[in-house]
Amino acid sequence: MSTDDIILKAENISKQYRLGTVGTGTLSHDLNRWWHRIRGKEDPYLKVGETNDRSTKGTSDYVWALQDINFEVKRGEVLGIIGKNGAGKSTLLKILSKVTAPTTGTIKSRGRIASLLEVGTGFNPELTGRENIFLNGAILGMTKKEISSKLDEIIAFSGCERYIDTPTKRYSSGMTVRLAFAVAAFLEPEILVVDEVLAVGDAEFQKKAIGKMQDISREGGRTVLFVSHNMAAVQSLCTRGIVLQNGSIQFEGATEEAVQFYLKENSTALSFQDIKDRKGSGVVRLNHVSVFGNARDVLPQTGKKFVMEFEFDNPQNIDNSKLKFDLGIDDYAGQRIVWLSTTVFKQSLKGSGKIIRFEIEKLNLNKGTYYVTTHLVANQELSDWIQNAFSFDVAEGDYYGTGKLVSSVQSKVLMDYNVLIKD
Amino acid sequence: MKSGNNDQDWLFEIKPKNQFFRLHLREVWQYRDLLFLFVRRDVVTVYKQTILGPLWYLIQPLFTSVIFTIIFNTVAGISTGNVPPFLFNLGGIMVWNYFTSCLNDTSDTFKKNASIFGKVYFPRLIVPLSIVISNLVKFGIQFFIFIAFYIFYAFQGMEVKLGTATLFFPLLIVLMGILGLGLGMIISSMVTKYRDLTFLVGFGVQLLMYVSAVMYPMALLKEKLPQFGWLIEYNPLAYVIETARYMLLHEGLISIGGMFYTVGVTIALFFIGLLIFNKTEKSFIDTV
Repeated sequence: MSTDDIILKAENISKQYRLGTVGTGTLSHDLNRWWHRIRGKEDPYLKVGETNDRSTKGTSDYVWALQDINFEVKRGEVLGIIGKNGAGKSTLLKILSKVTAPTTGTIKSRGRIASLLEVGTGFNPELTGRENIFLNGAILGMTKKEISSKLDEIIAFSGCERYIDTPTKRYSSGMTVRLAFAVAAFLEPEILVVDEVLAVGDAEFQKKAIGKMQDISREGGRTVLFVSHNMAAVQSLCTRGIVLQNGSIQFEGATEEAVQFYLKENSTALSFQDIKDRKGSGVVRLNHVSVFGNARDVLPQTGKKFVMEFEFDNPQNIDNSKLKFDLGIDDYAGQRIVWLSTTVFKQSLKGSGKIIRFEIEKLNLNKGTYYVTTHLVANQELSDWIQNAFSFDVAEGDYYGTGKLVSSVQSKVLMDYNVLIKD
Repeated sequence: MKSGNNDQDWLFEIKPKNQFFRLHLREVWQYRDLLFLFVRRDVVTVYKQTILGPLWYLIQPLFTSVIFTIIFNTVAGISTGNVPPFLFNLGGIMVWNYFTSCLNDTSDTFKKNASIFGKVYFPRLIVPLSIVISNLVKFGIQFFIFIAFYIFYAFQGMEVKLGTATLFFPLLIVLMGILGLGLGMIISSMVTKYRDLTFLVGFGVQLLMYVSAVMYPMALLKEKLPQFGWLIEYNPLAYVIETARYMLLHEGLISIGGMFYTVGVTIALFFIGLLIFNKTEKSFIDTV
């Protein structure tokens, strides 16, 4: 086995989707396509289409979920694929695992590909755990003989011996995942595609699963493509990383650098020029915001420095002491988490500067996405009010400096405290 | 290092479109264990947590036959020749049921399995194939009840007329299965985009029964409604059911020309179905 042995090669992979309620085409588009084809012309809809940016509104009905993806994977490599929601990661995995075909381009492979896109696919709740191992294994491409020979190992790894002859509908969701992962972990394809499996299951099982995947790649010499939002898992597992953004590869290289690149890409800088849905006289208007962490191009992280910097237009040069500026920060569910205002402090705004900056030395929002509503008053009169003006992401961070991360389910905000024992 | 990037080195390639005539039948064979497990799952799970279990397979054709006998033979007075009307109906319904369950179940393939198909790849053809086979198991169970009634009527004095034609009965059932599979594959592929077809299939199959000689002999319709005779003449299903009755009960006409026509239509539909299905499976997940 040589180190230059390329096992998988993607060439010019693109994937086009049609937006709206119908999938790839209604009857009229189909007929038009067919008409072009019988005349030997190119598909007219392949030319249109825009890059896949979820947040901006486009003019075309067609969108490129992936565009010109080229990469190679060597045998035994663990490739991490990272990117924001909607960057095209899952589409890429779907193409790799043959679930859907690319619109253009080819993928060449020297090995069998098996995918773990959400484990437990094809589990039938009426069948027992044992029967489901066979069914699921066969769906994933194993023969009955292969499964029989590994049955004991699979059952032992899942830790569900006791329930193995009970229908899986009586299983807890955690047990189902354990069983499903166990089946998949004993697959022996040359290339394994894994998507976010580790999101479920308890901490003990997650550790076991990551360990198993490391074994697969290191000892088994097998190739793994791993997609995750969990940067810690990516860092501990992968040997190389690809960062996808809006459907194209933005970065390819060592895992550590890829993760850094991803975090940078995620810091928010946004212009307000295009926002129409705002209330107020408009005498003073916001025109730009940057949200960042430690440095200008670093994603905000829990426990680290956090900055929100607003620029505003003030054509009438109203004195800053006549301005009042409030921010409301909501969580993903629209629940107000915190309200920040210039009015909390006496004389916080003065002079004629055009930038308002909110700084937090040690950010105590937990990881997640937050939505900000801005409210600007000039001369006692509403000037610029934008509901949900922008959102920003906070990355997981070690707030307490103890290495102990607090789940965002348990705690949306973090605070400093002491624990004491007194007699 | 082995010689570099020769294209022959690659185990497989993923391309935008399937080549039209590459049907991946070898791959289907590699996945034969999955086929078997799907059949098992279909047969075993349907009647889990029911009291009567597989007896339900028998209850439906029995009751339908009783009702058909009352309505069509007793009330409407359709003659079934020398054969007891109940046995005549049971035979027709059995074969007809096999066709409709193959058609109905396969025509749902993509829609019903979208969640599995959306996550993992295996040759999609396995699913309709498994449906046709598990329905064959169901048909086998129903066939036993037919034999039981046949023996019962034989003791009652019905003349037992079985000939060499009877030996070809299994082949006829396979033909029926392939016909259902072919049509089902065509419909399932089109349903992924145009859901209208689901409704069409729903009542279309019901209407089709009336022109497929299920509850009357072919000759009867031709005699009573000569202007609609062509409906039966061109309906391959009518030939299959009529021939099935001839094989089992020696009742009705067997037409060599009609059988050749049926086999031709079946093979044509099956291959068209296979081609369309093969084309759809590549990207249906985007349109379903």
